[in-house]
Amino acid sequence: MPLELKNLYDNFRDGETIKAYAKMIAEDAAKLDRTINIMEVCGGHTHTIMKFGLPQLMPKNINFIHGPGCPVCIMPKERVDHAYVLAMQEDVILVTLGDMIKVPGSNGSLQDARSKGADVRFVYSPMECLKIAEENPDKKVIFFAIGFETTTPMTAVLIDQTIKQNVPNLFFHINHVTVPEVMQELIDSRDEHVDSYNNKIDAFLGPSHVSVISGSRIYEPFPVDYKRPVVVSGFEPVDVMQGISMIVKQFVENRCELEIQYTRVVTEEGNLNAQALIEKYFEKVDLFKWRGLGNVPRSGLKLRDEYAHLDAEVIYKDVLPIAEIEDHKLCICGDILRGMAKPPECTIFGTACKPTSPLGSCMVSSEGACAAYYKYGNLL
Amino acid sequence: MNKTITIAHGNGGEENNELISKIFYKHFANDTLSKSEDAAVIEEGKLAFTTDSYTVSPLFFPGGDIGKLAVCGTCNDLAMMGAKPKYLTCSVIIEEGFSTRELEKIVRSMKQELDINGAMVVSGDTKVVPRGSIDKLFINTTGIGVIEQKGITASGLTEGMSILVSRDVGTHGATIFAAREGIALDSSIQTDCASLYPQIKALIDAEICIIALRDATRGGVAAVLNEWAKSSKVCIEVEEDKIPVQEEVKGICELLGFEAVNLANEGTFVLAVAKEDESRALEVLQKTHETSACIGTVTLLHKEKVIINTSWGTKRFLDLPTGELLPRIC
Repeated sequence: MPLELKNLYDNFRDGETIKAYAKMIAEDAAKLDRTINIMEVCGGHTHTIMKFGLPQLMPKNINFIHGPGCPVCIMPKERVDHAYVLAMQEDVILVTLGDMIKVPGSNGSLQDARSKGADVRFVYSPMECLKIAEENPDKKVIFFAIGFETTTPMTAVLIDQTIKQNVPNLFFHINHVTVPEVMQELIDSRDEHVDSYNNKIDAFLGPSHVSVISGSRIYEPFPVDYKRPVVVSGFEPVDVMQGISMIVKQFVENRCELEIQYTRVVTEEGNLNAQALIEKYFEKVDLFKWRGLGNVPRSGLKLRDEYAHLDAEVIYKDVLPIAEIEDHKLCICGDILRGMAKPPECTIFGTACKPTSPLGSCMVSSEGACAAYYKYGNLL
Repeated sequence: MNKTITIAHGNGGEENNELISKIFYKHFANDTLSKSEDAAVIEEGKLAFTTDSYTVSPLFFPGGDIGKLAVCGTCNDLAMMGAKPKYLTCSVIIEEGFSTRELEKIVRSMKQELDINGAMVVSGDTKVVPRGSIDKLFINTTGIGVIEQKGITASGLTEGMSILVSRDVGTHGATIFAAREGIALDSSIQTDCASLYPQIKALIDAEICIIALRDATRGGVAAVLNEWAKSSKVCIEVEEDKIPVQEEVKGICELLGFEAVNLANEGTFVLAVAKEDESRALEVLQKTHETSACIGTVTLLHKEKVIINTSWGTKRFLDLPTGELLPRIC
């Protein structure tokens, strides 16, 4: 049967609907006496906002600020170096997802490792690792797992199958991170060097795909404890426009709530089966370092100790580097990820730092704020 | 520039341009090469001359194979200079262990495509390399054609001209992605791989004054438009909803996070004509493909840039694709 994806996006890009939302947002925003800074947490939203030129439709007092939600962008050099070192092991096939192979570490990216002879492969679905492991019995296949709540269940299923099918040569390097903890960090940083109480975030546009897995309730503390409304929104331009409209209405009506725009899939509880599987194989780490943001408490996952025999970080402990690496001095990705600056404010944006030679994290992946600004520009 | 070559250096986009200009053009520099056209115009404008190598995985895909690609690609490069393809060379590098039956199937499909162009292979070379040295089979074809319409150039665009595409875009790239291992896509999509000379001949016969012509191969329509905008120092504005894209291609793009205008084509060209020739050119093109369309115009809004106008009134730049074309993560 031919692909029938049309219904999934077609109506959500309708020009007239987008214009109608723009009008409604403008009318509501006119009732406000201040600027509202809305942070889209997820890089997918940043990508949509820039690709479809949505800032051009916003009234002056509605401002987009871009969050830290790109799994590639936030990967610290230390972890990329792990991937590089693992890939360079003679008997290893390193497997990861898409854009990850472009992220520069201290010695280069996985793409560079590949050009030096390493066997690096990217897959569309982690389940392909099973086939790669089966076809290469004399190699150790390591899945370098990345991503937020959205990709974690896929890794959990792969681990589950690895155990059930008794695959002897498939291992895991886990770099999964979680959204609520980093959102909390942006408002309530424990880093004494960063004045995050000075952040500009007035409201959050929450990524819908995260809540498909984890439910909308993961954002409950934000309106209650932090007085920031959250609207869980889809990724099509109509979704984003409706999400923004819902946030603006909350300010007009003096409400501060957690709402769901993406009601066609998101529930309060989320996918309980996926959550159970994640719980079975993973546990929180005390600190996970985010590129540009530093250590964020309980924001990362690791394999539970009983699965240490599958953990590449344990198996290759002796060869993996442990030294801390500073971010590039001129790069202001940290401020961008915290919503304190926009990409063009960086002195190296588009000059020393470009998608073909990224120095900072936000330029690396197509979902990073800098890459989105560089690619789509801003014609206003 | 990187110290080592990566896959991104062959993407038809920014890194590819950098590699070519900083290494090959630097040392080979001459007036003919520096024009950077699809095919070199030689012998005082009488002949067009070009070469291309073909590597594709899988070798056979819906609607074509590497052999068809190797003839179409080179003949199309000649046709894009307004030339009739005449003589080709064929050089193959084969991995030890390759099936002779498959090789013959590929060569048969080359012959079929040569006939469509009225061209012939007049010289060739065969090399066999140890298993593992290459991925199955590489083909290089070089071609010479006789120019039938002179003066076609990427640097000839001026304000007010119309930009047309010969059919819906992105099908070859989408077909290859759908046919690759690892994506279980149940799709009926076929490559657009085809010889374009017959269509170019029809345009010439209809006395359309072709300003610029380019088949949108690697880098897709986005790469062609950017190249023209830069070469002619103009702005090209395209209307997003006028770009013809098959529903299935749209679906694959949505699934993998691509844009159809960045995907490779093997039988789709972009054409620039004067505004007064637009409707006649479209009439000729639509005889072959109903989906051919006028997608934009040449303006001076942001020189050397390509702009996409959306149906809800916003604008954005359409840049050259960068890096290896990789699916988005989430």
